[in-house]
Amino acid sequence: MIALSLPNASTFASKVDGLFDFILWTSIVSFLIIVVAKVWFLWRYRRSQVDEKKTTYLEGHAPTEISVAVILTVWVMVIFAWGWKDYKYLRAAPRDSMQVNILGVQWKWYMQYKDGRKLTNELVVPKGKPVQLIMTSDDVLHSFYVPAFRVKQDVLPKTYTSLWFEATETGDYPIFCAEYCGLSHSGMIGKVRVLEPAAYEAWLLNAVALGDVVPKTLAEQGADIVKAQGCIACHSSDGAPMIGPSWKGIFGTTEKLSDGSEAVVDENYIRESLMEPNAKVVQGFAPVMMTYKGRISEEEVNAVIEYIRSLK
Amino acid sequence: MSEGHNEPSYLWAKRGITSWLVTLDHKRIGIMYLVLVMAFFLLGGIFSLLLRLELMAPGATLMGADTYNKFFTYHGAIMVFMFIIPVIPAALGNFFLPLLIGAKDVAFPRLNLASYYIFVIGALLAVWAILFGGADTGWTFYTPYSIKTGTNVPMVALAVFVMGFSSILTGLNFIVTVHKLRCPGMTIYRMPLFVWAIYATAIIQVLATPVIGATVLLLFMERLLHIGIFDPALGGDPVLFQHFFWFYSHPAVYIMILPGMGIISEVIPVFSRKHIFGYKAIAYSSLAIAGISFLVWGHHMFVSSQSDLANMLFSWLTMFVAVPTAIKVFNWTATMYKGSISLKSPMLYAVWFLFLFTIGGLTGLFLAALSVDVHLHDTYFVVAHFHYVMMGGTVMGLLAGFHYWWPKMTGRMFNEKQAQVAAWLIFIGFNVTFLTQFVLGYYGMPRRYYDYAGEYAMGNLISTVGTWFLLAGFGLMLFYFLRSLRHGAKAPSNPWGGQTLEWTIASPPTEHNFHETPTVHSLPYEYGVPS
Repeated sequence: MIALSLPNASTFASKVDGLFDFILWTSIVSFLIIVVAKVWFLWRYRRSQVDEKKTTYLEGHAPTEISVAVILTVWVMVIFAWGWKDYKYLRAAPRDSMQVNILGVQWKWYMQYKDGRKLTNELVVPKGKPVQLIMTSDDVLHSFYVPAFRVKQDVLPKTYTSLWFEATETGDYPIFCAEYCGLSHSGMIGKVRVLEPAAYEAWLLNAVALGDVVPKTLAEQGADIVKAQGCIACHSSDGAPMIGPSWKGIFGTTEKLSDGSEAVVDENYIRESLMEPNAKVVQGFAPVMMTYKGRISEEEVNAVIEYIRSLK
Repeated sequence: MSEGHNEPSYLWAKRGITSWLVTLDHKRIGIMYLVLVMAFFLLGGIFSLLLRLELMAPGATLMGADTYNKFFTYHGAIMVFMFIIPVIPAALGNFFLPLLIGAKDVAFPRLNLASYYIFVIGALLAVWAILFGGADTGWTFYTPYSIKTGTNVPMVALAVFVMGFSSILTGLNFIVTVHKLRCPGMTIYRMPLFVWAIYATAIIQVLATPVIGATVLLLFMERLLHIGIFDPALGGDPVLFQHFFWFYSHPAVYIMILPGMGIISEVIPVFSRKHIFGYKAIAYSSLAIAGISFLVWGHHMFVSSQSDLANMLFSWLTMFVAVPTAIKVFNWTATMYKGSISLKSPMLYAVWFLFLFTIGGLTGLFLAALSVDVHLHDTYFVVAHFHYVMMGGTVMGLLAGFHYWWPKMTGRMFNEKQAQVAAWLIFIGFNVTFLTQFVLGYYGMPRRYYDYAGEYAMGNLISTVGTWFLLAGFGLMLFYFLRSLRHGAKAPSNPWGGQTLEWTIASPPTEHNFHETPTVHSLPYEYGVPS
């Protein structure tokens, strides 16, 4: 019989466990107070002990009620504040996070690394370094959940969501899909392999050493795609504006749009520009870009984004 | 007392099945709802037993994944839309609301009958959907899966749409009834607390249900006309669906629990022979819960990609619903203090309610805390939480109400010893089934999983065994209730010593309830000796 285990394997896990334990113990204490009082009353004031016509007439006691309400409010506000504080930690991926693209499809996970390699249902990461997952789905909602890290985020089609973690223990940890997605939802299982940094470096080199054709990095794949799809007819990578804005240095900046509003050039903006190119046009440029909806795959979109990101 | 008038009870006043089918008597309508809704409880329960049989061991046990996915959809949808939302308001509320306020009937008896038939039509559509095409989306129908799947989602959407009208019209009827038909002397602060509870519930029913109607209608249109509101392939937003869905479905859970709490507020004073502790606090807390319930729907969506600001606000607001809820639990417990307590079956179920609902409520705190919810969302922890509040809460309240009011509705007493045995089987079975699921969820087992990793096997086996105790308890209950109709002792007007108006008339009541309109002079909890 295999025993249940919940490793504490990420920096976030300790935070979650801390608040979980606080809520657990304070709840157990409150629960015991109520139950002990109730059982005591049931016993001490049972009908055979107290004449049913001679109970005490008591309508209430406002000071007690108000005190109970105040104590409760303070308690739940503490829980809220603590949960929010730790949640903010979870939502702020460190700038130097190692990024991996995740594609969820019915019913498996694809992991796309910057160096171009693609794994299925396996995410290999180094211990002690923050890792950020940029995730999208090819079909329906999924959710990327690693119980050992206590992290989870829904994965949506046609847009990117992200989550980050820093693993603190080596080992293998299950990835579960945590948003019902059809027939094999419970079979959509992956594995995070956390390696010591040295072992991770060795793993990175290993694929090269196998003697096969060196896979192109994700950015290199993106460079190929923008040539093949004709993007370079309107966009340059050297800073010179053509029919469309140049990609050089554009990733992460804030652009003014033709309608006066602003947009940050991030993964979702580039994705939207590929699919709905005239939704957010940079000021000074004409809305003439064609759409690539249905013409490039999700992995190719990831590669294009990586290429643009690399043009500093 | 009206016993001397030799009038037949409402059960026999008019004869023949047609007289029931076209009745305008709120009591008969309540009984018709009761029978239909309890049949759906049985059906939903059968699905849950089959699900748990499948989950008893890893791998396929008695069905494939597709059947499993359909069965958990049916279990959820039937239990939510066809049992737990209507049961207390439409069955017990219909029967007892007019009696509790000294009225002859509800404000709009014909509308009441219409509500019933609308429910029947919606239920038939749901059964049609199950038999032809089925549904495998889960009761929450999240898009895009509910748009893409080949199962009969449009028919289920239509069924929910139709049943929603039944809920809205019942709510409307009850609001007007409470405002307009209270007997002389019954100021709002002399209304029984069950009436406050039904009133607060009715407000939610009227305001929230139209939103689920709009949501399922849009889903129906998305599937048939490809309008592109929820389908990302057409530029739609699947998270928008979630907002629409939960905007109703969160208040809906308070439609489920408030009436159950109302029953507890009636039963505890009677069986403790004590005035309810903090009447106004309990009354106002029902309204507060109803109000706050509209502000917290986003706590179902913390990992949906909703903004951090929205997550923060929804977590903060959700915490507030704990306060009026806990006040009620405190007041019910305090009512027992220095009382004279009888643990007959209605009270035993009230005691179960206090125990189980408190666990359910406390586990809500884990889920309302943002960081912890990231880990627990969509795991068995959530499944355990909502079964503790809905079954450990509402169903225990319902059972307390059944046992309390059975003599009044049927004119018969049931076998109290068998009731005690069934109550213990249900209590033990419930905890074995669902306490284990908190553990499974904490250790990471996601919900809606047909199969699972080996480490979850023991917990799943234990949980399944618990369901067999529940089956035994409910089976025994069905037996002694049905048997009581023939062989039960004739019930007196007031077998429990209650002080609300239904106990002043015969068991069962005559067709028009009161021979003369009663007048009340005080709250119906005047037990005990002033100190």
